[in-house]
Amino acid sequence: MRVFTDSRIEKAERELLAADKPRISVGLATCGISVGGDRVFEEFKRLIEEKGYDVSLKKTGCIGFCKEEPLVNVKLPGKAILVLHRVTPEDVPEILQKVESGDDSFNKVLFQIDVWDHKTVPPISYGQPYEGIKRWQEIDFFKYQEKLVLRNAGIIDPESIEEYLAVGGYRALAKALNMSPEEVIEEVKISGLRGRGGAGFPTGLKWEFTRKEKSDKKYVICNADEGDPGAYMNRNEMESDPHSLIEGMIIGAYAVGADEGIIYVRAEYPLAVERLQRAVEEAREWGFLGKNILGSDFSFDIKIVKGAGAFVCGEETALIASIEGRIGRPRPRPPFPAQRGLWGKPTNINNVETWMNIPLIILKGGEWFKQFGSESNSGTKVFSLVGKVNNVGLVEVELGTPLSRIVFDIGKGAPGGKKIKAVQTGGPSGGCIPEWLFDTPVDYVNLAKLGSIMGSGGIVVMDEDTCMVDTARYFLDFTVDESCGKCVPCREGLKRMLDILDDITKGRGKKEDISLLKELASTVKVTSLCGLGQTAPNPVITTLKYFEDEYIEHVVRKRCPAKVCVELIEYEIDEEACTGCGMCARRCPVSAITGEIGKSFSIDKDKCIKCGTCLDVCKFNAVKKVSRGLEDG
Amino acid sequence: MDFKVVDEIIDKYKDPSGRILGILEDIQDTYNYLPKEVMVYVSKKLNVPLSSLYSVATFYSFFNLEPVGEHLISVCMGTACHVKGAPELLESLKHLLGIDVNEVTDDGKFVLTTTDRKFSLSSARCFGCCSMAPVIRIDDRIYGYVKIKDLPAILKEYGWKEK
Repeated sequence: MRVFTDSRIEKAERELLAADKPRISVGLATCGISVGGDRVFEEFKRLIEEKGYDVSLKKTGCIGFCKEEPLVNVKLPGKAILVLHRVTPEDVPEILQKVESGDDSFNKVLFQIDVWDHKTVPPISYGQPYEGIKRWQEIDFFKYQEKLVLRNAGIIDPESIEEYLAVGGYRALAKALNMSPEEVIEEVKISGLRGRGGAGFPTGLKWEFTRKEKSDKKYVICNADEGDPGAYMNRNEMESDPHSLIEGMIIGAYAVGADEGIIYVRAEYPLAVERLQRAVEEAREWGFLGKNILGSDFSFDIKIVKGAGAFVCGEETALIASIEGRIGRPRPRPPFPAQRGLWGKPTNINNVETWMNIPLIILKGGEWFKQFGSESNSGTKVFSLVGKVNNVGLVEVELGTPLSRIVFDIGKGAPGGKKIKAVQTGGPSGGCIPEWLFDTPVDYVNLAKLGSIMGSGGIVVMDEDTCMVDTARYFLDFTVDESCGKCVPCREGLKRMLDILDDITKGRGKKEDISLLKELASTVKVTSLCGLGQTAPNPVITTLKYFEDEYIEHVVRKRCPAKVCVELIEYEIDEEACTGCGMCARRCPVSAITGEIGKSFSIDKDKCIKCGTCLDVCKFNAVKKVSRGLEDG
Repeated sequence: MDFKVVDEIIDKYKDPSGRILGILEDIQDTYNYLPKEVMVYVSKKLNVPLSSLYSVATFYSFFNLEPVGEHLISVCMGTACHVKGAPELLESLKHLLGIDVNEVTDDGKFVLTTTDRKFSLSSARCFGCCSMAPVIRIDDRIYGYVKIKDLPAILKEYGWKEK
């Protein structure tokens, strides 16, 4: 086995531990950037250059606590990492002055990291802990998490291969190359790892299929076409730790006997593409990609292909068609990609997160991996916890963790003390799970029992202000738009279901619509060709199952209890609360609001387009949404 | 039209995997849309039927067959954004920009452009910034936690004037 010794790794290790000088790293994944992280980084850079501070400034990915971004890690020599939250460019001069003078009384400290287990090396002590500051694992958001996939996210610089190496990177590859491909596959089989893209197929078995095929050429593909709206784990994983993915793919390619790998990334993720591109080039320079990897007779290289915006391309055969330059239409299986995949050659496709688990499984062993998770659902899963929940962010928990732990203990419930009604898991292919079933363990088996799926890991929280009929309509609108149009049940059936839901949300629903919806849903489910059509009715089926009363309210009383369906609501101004400031009237795009300054205003319901601007701009809560329905005329 | 740029793009893609998508993406990055004469040229040069290129261009939402305005505004329609008010943001933007709500583009995609060609408005599936919902993107910049009342100030950064 080749032992990695390179002065560059040692230097990176020293810098990471900041033995000799302060280190500041700014969380710069897309989420951090979109709330101003890039401006914070630029300000640090400008001032460090201008004042000549002896500080090392780095980028890092996202540690998952998206609600608190922009996050900045500050590490003084010999001391723990302090994580500051909601940092603005205005905070930068003070932070730098304190760093320079060794003053550790920073404002905006959220928690500290004294020891971090990157898993691929023994836990790293980053320095002496501070007194009176919570350690990261004492924060409720992190307390229940187990970071296997996100083992490096938010700590290391994703644009530096040296830092990845400093935390044990590419050691699994070296170990794998000293094993036979069959032994590698066996280890993955022992781990019980199942595909993290949604379907949950055993990874080791999938690899074995491709291994057994005889062919002059084989491919491995990383499916990074993360299309579920409301799910962004893969984006963050690629942006925060691209080398873990690349290392996993190289090991997989060795195991199945492939010499070419493709990462298919969706076009909406430009930063992920950029960081992957850079990481691939670095890996090539270091000899982890290319000919005779680490001196072995195994050669393999990776290229990145950008998608162009089509949800259905997450389906394996559609994804392959897309790489081949055709429109992404699925084809019947068999033959499976393991038999005839890209350009007709055996191809193994796995999701980003599946690949990222591989280095750990090889380095620590399948048995070690199995200690995490539950029976037949080993390991962890990263979820994007979003929607009407206080702590939005990326949450990695062991499979089998109950939903209530994720939504209430980690997510801290809904903002404004609202009542949580349901969560939606699995995107357009998944379903809505009502609050009274939140003790369900989250894994492949149990979510399927409820009519939902694990999917790629999106958990969208819905509170009392979310309309479940509108939610079902929303997903159908999505799948109708994304249906490739090849098979009739999906193309026509979903369209018809959407028409019915449109009618219901617009107050034109009839009682028989509900039974018709159920019938159509089951027909589309059993007769569609690919996963998109087979699962597209799930949001409708589950909302009908758990929230039929809301459908009935819409159909019978023409009322939207959550006050969401535009045609069934009206905006009103409460005369008592209105101060007559006139802000709403000035901002109303259709001049539907009239009144006298200092007195009160009113809305002309015929002119009103229900855009909600008045509600948003009113500082006195005088604008109300009402859904009266039939009873009040 | 100068096809030297197009030749350079085509030359970049030697490997067949991802070739067609890559070429079309680069052309769109260069011209802001896929001009018909360029498509015809690419079709001849690659020896791929124009109809195939056309089907790819209309199948994937990333491609535009019509030029878009100077600034492209995309409203994220992901689930998190949806439950946090993206439809209202889109509605409000249409009115602020003075875009006719009934207008539909020829290729059936939702991209609407103001008459002065300064802004185009479109909806996007998901930027993966769900934690910052609702989110809009203008050109390359993503704005998180957007409120209807913030929209005029954001648009003014791009030279929008209140009517």
